[in-house]
Amino acid sequence: MAVQATHSYRVSRGTYLWFVVPALAATFAIIIFPWLFTLYVSVQDWDAAGPAGFVGLDNYTRLIFDERFLLSVVRTVYYSVLTVVAPLVLGTIAAVLLHREFRFRGLVRGIFLLPMMATPVAIALVWVMMFHPQFGVLNYLLERVGLPASLWVYAPETVIPALAMVETWQWTPFTMLIVLGGLASLPKDPYESATIDGANAWQTFRHITLPLVMPFIMVAAVLRAIDAFKAFDTIYPITQGGPGTASETINIYLYLQAFSYTHIGSSSAVVVVFFAMILVLAYVMMWLRQRSVWE
Amino acid sequence: MAFRSFDPSDPRLSRRSLLRIGGLALGGLAVGTLAACTTAPAAPSATAAKPAAAGTASTSSTSGGFDWQRFKGQSITVLNVQNSRTDLLNKYQSEFEDLTGIKVNADVLPEQQQRQKQLIEFSSGNPSFDITTLSWHVLKGVSAKGKWFMDLRDWLKDPTMTAPDYDYADFSQAAITYATQKDGSVDTLPLQIDYWILYWNKELFQKKNIAFPNTLDEVLKAAEALHDPSNRVYGFVGRGLKNANVPVWTAFLQGWDVDPIDKSNQLHTNGEEAVAAAKVYQQLLGKYAPPGVTGFNWNESQTTFSQGGAAMWFDGIGFAAPLEDASKSRVKGKVGYGLQPGGPKGRFAATFGDGIGIVRASKKQGPAYLYAQWATNKKNQARMLAAGAASPARQSSYSDPEAKANMQVPQEWVDTLIASGKIGRPGLPDIEPVTEFRDTFGIALTNMIGGADPKSELDKATSDFKPVLDKSLQG
Repeated sequence: MAVQATHSYRVSRGTYLWFVVPALAATFAIIIFPWLFTLYVSVQDWDAAGPAGFVGLDNYTRLIFDERFLLSVVRTVYYSVLTVVAPLVLGTIAAVLLHREFRFRGLVRGIFLLPMMATPVAIALVWVMMFHPQFGVLNYLLERVGLPASLWVYAPETVIPALAMVETWQWTPFTMLIVLGGLASLPKDPYESATIDGANAWQTFRHITLPLVMPFIMVAAVLRAIDAFKAFDTIYPITQGGPGTASETINIYLYLQAFSYTHIGSSSAVVVVFFAMILVLAYVMMWLRQRSVWE
Repeated sequence: MAFRSFDPSDPRLSRRSLLRIGGLALGGLAVGTLAACTTAPAAPSATAAKPAAAGTASTSSTSGGFDWQRFKGQSITVLNVQNSRTDLLNKYQSEFEDLTGIKVNADVLPEQQQRQKQLIEFSSGNPSFDITTLSWHVLKGVSAKGKWFMDLRDWLKDPTMTAPDYDYADFSQAAITYATQKDGSVDTLPLQIDYWILYWNKELFQKKNIAFPNTLDEVLKAAEALHDPSNRVYGFVGRGLKNANVPVWTAFLQGWDVDPIDKSNQLHTNGEEAVAAAKVYQQLLGKYAPPGVTGFNWNESQTTFSQGGAAMWFDGIGFAAPLEDASKSRVKGKVGYGLQPGGPKGRFAATFGDGIGIVRASKKQGPAYLYAQWATNKKNQARMLAAGAASPARQSSYSDPEAKANMQVPQEWVDTLIASGKIGRPGLPDIEPVTEFRDTFGIALTNMIGGADPKSELDKATSDFKPVLDKSLQG
C-alpha cells in the first residue's frame, strides 16, 4: 500500500513538472536568453550597418576612460538623490496630512493622485511648454510674485533640478500612497500612551509615527530609487540630454549609443554595467529596509 | 543581390547572422516563430514585379505597357514621418488606392522615432514596412552600407514599370545628386529638398530703417541694432540644442566655401574658417538670442519668432505655413523670406532633403514602387508647394499653374525657394556617422554659447570625432 502511494506520488510529481516547462521556457526566452545575448554582444564590435567582430573586454575598458559616460554616472546619482529624497519628504508630509479625518478627504486624496496617473511622455511635453523661458507659464508666475525668471531646463546649471521637479510632481503621490497605507496599519496603543504622558504633536510624530512608518517609507525609497536611477521618459522628451550633455544620464547616454550612433556592442556593455549598478543599489536599499523593520 | 548567409567557418559574424542565431534560439523555444526568424529577404524584382493576372487592368489606368492596376488587390505598408508632407500624402491616399487598387497601410511616427524604427528593423533584415521616407542628410550613408533599399535604375528605364508621365529628369540636379549613392545606384526617389533661409521680421527692421542683411557681417550688425531684451525682442533666434544646432554652423561655414568634411573625407572642422564661422554662431546665439537658447530646437525658435520675439530666425524653409497662419502667429504678413546670408568667400544655401525608398527585403516591391511614383509625381509635388509644406524636388512644380493658383504662402517665399535652388549645397556631410558628427560638434557649439573658446571646443570635438569617422570608413 505504501509502495503504491510512493509510486503514485512519483508519477504525479513527474506529471506536474511538465506544467513548469512553459514558465521556464518563457523565463528563458524573455529574461535569460536576452541577458546571455546582451553579454555576448557586449564583447563584440558591432554597429548596426556593419559586421560584428570579437573585441574581448574593449567595450568595458573604454567606458572607464570615457569622460562622457563617467559624467553621465555622476548626473544619474545627482538626479536620483533629488528625485528620491524630495518625493519621500513631500509624500510623507502629504500622507500625514491626508491621514487625518476631514471633510472631502477622499476627494482631496483622489486629486492628489492625479499626476501619478498621467502618461509621463505626455506630461513631459506639457512641461516643455511650461518651462519656455519667454512664453512659459512658470516664469510668468514667478514674475507675478516678484521673483526673477529662471531658465529651467534651458540652462546647464538648472536643468537637473528642473527635471527633478517634474519627477517629484509626478511621483510624490506614489510615496504618499505607500506611507498612507503604513499609517492606516499602525497600532493605536503607543498614541494613547503618548497622550497620557503629555507628548505634543511633534513629539508624537518624531518618536512614534516616524519610527513605526519607517519600513513603509523605505519600501517607497527602494522603489523610487530604482525608478529614478533608470529614468528616461521624463528626461528624453524634455531635453534629450541637453543643453549640451548637462542632463545626459546613463540611460540617455545608453539610448544615444544604441539608437542614434548604432554602436550595438558598446551600448550592450553599458547595459551590463548599468545592470550591475542597479543590482548594487537594490541590494543596499534592501539592506537599509531590513534595518528599518520594527524590532 | 545576394544576401550573406551564416557560415560557421567565417569568424566574422554579420549583424544579420547574429540576429538570425538569436532568432533561431528564441524560435526553438517559442513554437511558431521559426518561420519568421529564418525568412530570407526576397529577391528584388523577379517575383515582386510579376504582373498581375491578365484582365485586371483598367483602360483608364493603362498607357503603353504600363498599367497602374497591375498589382490590384495587394496591400503595402508605408512608414512615414509625421509632418505636413505626410499629411498631404495621407489626405490624398484614396486617390492612389482608387488608381491602383492597392490598399495602403500608413504607419506615421515622429521624426526621431521613425529613424530609430528604420535602424532597428533594417538591422533585423526583415522590416515590417515595404516603403519608407528617408532623411538623406541623416541616413543616406547608413542606408547604403546596410543595403536597405533596392536600386531603382532598372525600373526607372522600364516602360512597363514606370509611368510614361513620371519624368525623372524633371527632378532638380540637387535632388538627383542626393538620391544617387556613391556607387551610382538610385535607391530613393526624391521627395523634397529643404533649403535653409533667413526669416526676418520686416516690421522690426523697418522701425530701425535697416535693410535685409545679405552677409553674415550684416546679420551681426542687424542683430545688435534690433536686440532689445528689455522689450522681449531679441536680435536673433536659432537652434542652440545639441545636434540640432550643427546645420546652423555648417551653413555659416559655407560662406567660407568650406564643407566640414570634404569628398576625400578630410575634416575641416577646426581650421581658420571653421573657427570664424563658429565665432559668428557664438555671437549670434550667445549675445543676441533669448535666454535659454542652448535648449532651443526649431520648435522653440519658431515659437519665439512667430510671437514677435525675434528679429531674425535662421532655419529650414518649411515654416512659411505656420508663420502665415493668424491662429498660430503674431507676425502674419510681416515676415520676410531671405536667402541664407553669405560669407567672405561666397553665398550658398544649405540643403537637406528626403527621398522615398523601397525596402530591398520587401515582397511587395512592385506595388511599393507604384506608391513611390505616385507620392513623387508632379501633382503631389505641386500640392506640396501650394500648401507651403516643403520645397518640392521637381522643377516643374514651381511653374505649375494649379500650384500658383492655390498658393497659401507669399510669393516671396517661392522666389527665395527658387533662388536657393540655384545656390544649394549639402548642409551636412555625406558620411555614415552623421548623427555622431552632429552630437559631437553640437556639444561644442552649445558650450560656445555658454562662453567657451571656439577654437578649443572645435579642436576637442575634431579629435573626438576623427576616430569615429576613420572607423566608419574602414567599413
